[in-house]
Amino acid sequence: MRLEPKPAPSLGVLLLYPLGAIAATLVFVSLLVLAAGASPFSVIWLVAKGAAGSQFAALETLTRATPLIFTGLAVAVAFRAKLWNIGAEAQLYVGGIVTVVLGTGALPLPQPVLLPVIAIAAMAAGALLLLGPALLKTRFGVDEVVTTLLLNFVVLLFVAMLLEGALKDPMGLGWPQSSKVVADAQLPRIVTGKRLHYGFVLALAAAFAIWVVMKKTVLGYEMRAVGHNPEAARFAGIPVDPVLMKTALLSGGLAALAGFSEVAGLKGNLTLDLSPGYGYSGIVVAMLAMLNPLGVVAAAIFVAGIFVGADAMSRSAGVPSYIADVVVATALLTMVTAILLSRFRVRWR
Amino acid sequence: MEALDILVTTSFWVAAIRIASPLIFATLGELICERAGVLNLGIEGIMTVGAFAGWFTVYSGGDLWTGVFVAAFAGAAFGLLHATLTVPLGLSQHVVGIGITLLATSLTYFTYRLALPQVTSPPKIEPFQPLPIPGLSQIPVIGEAMFSQTPLTYLAFVSVAVVAWVLYRTPLGLAVRAAGENPSAVEAQGISVTAVRMGAVMAGSALMAIGGAFLTMSAFNSFFFQMVNGRGWIAIALVVFGSWRPGKALIGAILFAAFDAYQIRLQQLAGGVLPYQVFLMLPYVLSILALVLVARRATYPKALMIPYQKGER
Amino acid sequence: MGAGAVFAGPAGGPLHLFTKSCMTREAVLRLSGITKRFGPLVANDAISFELMRGEVIALLGENGAGKTTLMNILFGHYVADEGAVEAFGAPLHPGDPKAALAAGIGMVHQHFTLADNMTVLENIALGTAPLWRPRLDRGAARARIRALSADFGLSVEPDATVAALTVGERQRVEILKALYRDARILILDEPTAVLTPGETEALFRTLKLLVAKGLSIIFISHKLAEVMAVSDRVLVLRAGRLAGERVTASTGRAELAALMVGQEVVSPPVPAMRSGTPLLVLSEVSTGGRGTGARLNRVSLTLRAGEITGLAGVSGNGQSALAGVIAGTETLTTGEIEIGGTVVSAWSPREALRRGIGRIPEDRHAVGTIGDMSVAENVISEQYRTARFARHGLLDWAAARAFAEEIIRDYDVKCPSPDSRIRLLSGGNMQKLILGRALDPKPRIILANQPTRGLDVGAVSYVHRRLLEARERGAAILLISEDLEEILALSDRIVVMSRGRLSGASARGERTIAELGELMAGHQGEAA
Repeated sequence: MRLEPKPAPSLGVLLLYPLGAIAATLVFVSLLVLAAGASPFSVIWLVAKGAAGSQFAALETLTRATPLIFTGLAVAVAFRAKLWNIGAEAQLYVGGIVTVVLGTGALPLPQPVLLPVIAIAAMAAGALLLLGPALLKTRFGVDEVVTTLLLNFVVLLFVAMLLEGALKDPMGLGWPQSSKVVADAQLPRIVTGKRLHYGFVLALAAAFAIWVVMKKTVLGYEMRAVGHNPEAARFAGIPVDPVLMKTALLSGGLAALAGFSEVAGLKGNLTLDLSPGYGYSGIVVAMLAMLNPLGVVAAAIFVAGIFVGADAMSRSAGVPSYIADVVVATALLTMVTAILLSRFRVRWR
Repeated sequence: MEALDILVTTSFWVAAIRIASPLIFATLGELICERAGVLNLGIEGIMTVGAFAGWFTVYSGGDLWTGVFVAAFAGAAFGLLHATLTVPLGLSQHVVGIGITLLATSLTYFTYRLALPQVTSPPKIEPFQPLPIPGLSQIPVIGEAMFSQTPLTYLAFVSVAVVAWVLYRTPLGLAVRAAGENPSAVEAQGISVTAVRMGAVMAGSALMAIGGAFLTMSAFNSFFFQMVNGRGWIAIALVVFGSWRPGKALIGAILFAAFDAYQIRLQQLAGGVLPYQVFLMLPYVLSILALVLVARRATYPKALMIPYQKGER
Repeated sequence: MGAGAVFAGPAGGPLHLFTKSCMTREAVLRLSGITKRFGPLVANDAISFELMRGEVIALLGENGAGKTTLMNILFGHYVADEGAVEAFGAPLHPGDPKAALAAGIGMVHQHFTLADNMTVLENIALGTAPLWRPRLDRGAARARIRALSADFGLSVEPDATVAALTVGERQRVEILKALYRDARILILDEPTAVLTPGETEALFRTLKLLVAKGLSIIFISHKLAEVMAVSDRVLVLRAGRLAGERVTASTGRAELAALMVGQEVVSPPVPAMRSGTPLLVLSEVSTGGRGTGARLNRVSLTLRAGEITGLAGVSGNGQSALAGVIAGTETLTTGEIEIGGTVVSAWSPREALRRGIGRIPEDRHAVGTIGDMSVAENVISEQYRTARFARHGLLDWAAARAFAEEIIRDYDVKCPSPDSRIRLLSGGNMQKLILGRALDPKPRIILANQPTRGLDVGAVSYVHRRLLEARERGAAILLISEDLEEILALSDRIVVMSRGRLSGASARGERTIAELGELMAGHQGEAA
């Protein structure tokens, strides 16, 4: 078999491909649900209800989507320039560390000043963390996939070390957790009494800002050129290595904002389970969005809905909630296949 | 010099060889894939699948070798999925690899929870037992370290020899090496690049899965979540470190494992001076350093990560 | 072209006179009605012919005429949409190189199909034994390779690693690969493109030995002199169709050229120009080793205003490195670059652009364009930072689109819109966009590296006309081409590159083709 490029189909036809991917995912997951002895239809219904069936469910989904928007953006930005940042998880935790360090009373600043200062410092830390692998890539030719992956483990151990040492909560009864950040370092809630916080608004703003960067700015143009064809970009005088550095800074910073927003907006302190793999799910979010920053918002809400819905469903239907991870991973694979098929015709022989 | 005394104790080398075993399987598996031109980032997930499949087979009443076989088969199945997406369809090996890892891991956890809904602590099995080889295991230190291991460790060493032989001494090995260097050379000689690459990815994935199975069936005796713990990624670094050669990869794996075993012992020795997490970080940091060290002179298989289309040059 | 002397056989006469004697009229290969389409493009249109035992057929045609596609169908890389192939009387299973090899068809590809990390022996033995055999019999293979080498004058060391071989040696390995499998039909795709005239002669001697043993040969080329020297019969392909078939002995170059091009070949008139001031001076420039291409060794070159300097040479002798130096992608290890009287310090593609160098790269797909970006995004790639397209870090897409439309109009590019992906354009249209992009800032210095490779006749003369226009307005142009005819037609001055060194310049008409051929082979009259 061989693949032949085909001209871009109309928008309507183009939308059929992602729908096909979702359908394929549902079929596969339904088989698993059947294996678990439940009815696929009722499980899908329960997941949907659990994700969006009530105000509580919908707000919970948006809350869960918030870090995913940040990590999804981080991955989308990096992958656009073909910088394979698989380390959003580590950058998220670094953002969380900075938030706790600066937010537990170290800076005596009023809230409107303190929050931006902490956010910027967190971004800087995440950016620096990814700068290392990016430099190793451009200077020494070390594959950034492996280095960013390995750094995830290093950073998690570092967090564990801090939580048993420097950042250990003296009132924490020995649990590995940090002290809570002060009230002025907390992101306010959007609806009083609900968990959804202004981190979500920040995430939406970030998505729009990144969309502008990618679409309208010189930097976005450079990043796309470098990602599509670094050799041609270099020939045209686009500074490939500096562009990769800027990409790394932006991507690492975005991922760190996820950590900032989780600590300052939701959890209040740093623990070892701050992220249940948001860094990795961010890859799925970015790919489902076809690396489009606005698409990331939709994809993040979709993925968050699956997780939140599956939690609810699991309690009532007895299907393990890991089904959500299976859905998300399957969706990633079916989606990249669908995108390929929308651009190439498969010819047998 | 207490810290150096460790290096001459037998138990240290026994541990080093044991720690090396899963890495040897995984590194060899990744090496085969990369030699054929496919970067397999599914390794971490495929090892998880292998760890679970082997253990669960034995837990359900199968014998140990059946467990190894089931693990290999499950690994090959995920290898087939990876290969289908990356070889004939030519999708990004980065994205598909991560996707396979996520899928394999989540399917494993799902299946585990489905099979054992209520367990809090994972059930144990009777794992492979050490099988000292008469004569050889009596040689001080080296013999004791090398030849009083479990059969799976011996299998790891045998695999290195077999893979090296196949790659360098057989017609099949020629085809695999050429597929990773210049696939059009393979096609021009009437061999299907697609078949060679897919076969290599499946075989490599089977080895990775056996590496995972080693964890539940030889190193430990039950299945834990996150038990692969980055060993797959370390194996990828070891492939680069070993310049894509089985022998060098073996040495790399043993060196790495010796370091790991050493840091565990040093931890006990230097306990209190440094937080234990610092020691746990070392293997990962070491892998990064090793990559930096060899990166400049690394000669990658030229067609690594480049999809091949028939008739394309 | 007058290169006959270079390609004459040992006794002075053309080779085909020697090969005639052993021919028997038995068809070994029969193609009937082969048609292949790629989307709207018909690459091969109902092509039929027969190849006889002991015969050398030349398949002549311009770049893009469909020669390589036809041979790829024959060898099973592609499957024809219509038509069939018969080898030795039996139908050939389509789309399967294995079937072609089994039928005794061997192919020497234009781009070698060798794995650099393996030895000669391993490359040759690849695929000749069943894959599941537990051991490769190196002894037997080595002996057989040695014997074949001796029989056909193809000397090469079986245990050498391919990465260490010269281009000529690699080609011998390719031929040995086919002979090792007992090929009875040998297809050579543009085999001389990478060879010096001396190596070409050696190749022709080998071909003669092969024909004497009863092998049949299809020789693909676009070089008339070679075709006349080596073949018994010539098939001319034009735009995918068989445009004519001639017996070599009873045709001439003029007739073949007319068949090939389909119209009278008109060289653009090149008015004489007074030599201008030096705009770019390279002195004693060397480059480091990057990749497999040759590096430059103390090369000096002056490009003057209003002058086209043609750079001739066998590919892979350092042309890419020289082009890289001028384009700004290559770093110098010695020497300096002087532009408009000042020596440049930091050198980069961006600096080259800033200094007024317009660049047409050798490979328009890999280097010249970004396939998945739009036409508008591609044409601004060298100027996107200027005030014309960017303000405060924001790009002005309206201006970019307007610029693309301007080039599309001025350069007569066939393209649906500035927003279409450039990958979907034909090679000629892509090249026109690159030309428009490079010439828009009215560069004073122009690097044209293989500017017409793979283009159809119309596009070729268009590119030539544009280059001559730039010369008229006083630009200094370096034209790098493997096509000696192109160099001879356009250049005011010719320099020859061989093994990373440059011969002294000669004015138009000063050196004969034979003399240039000598220089290309590295027999340097004067070191530059």
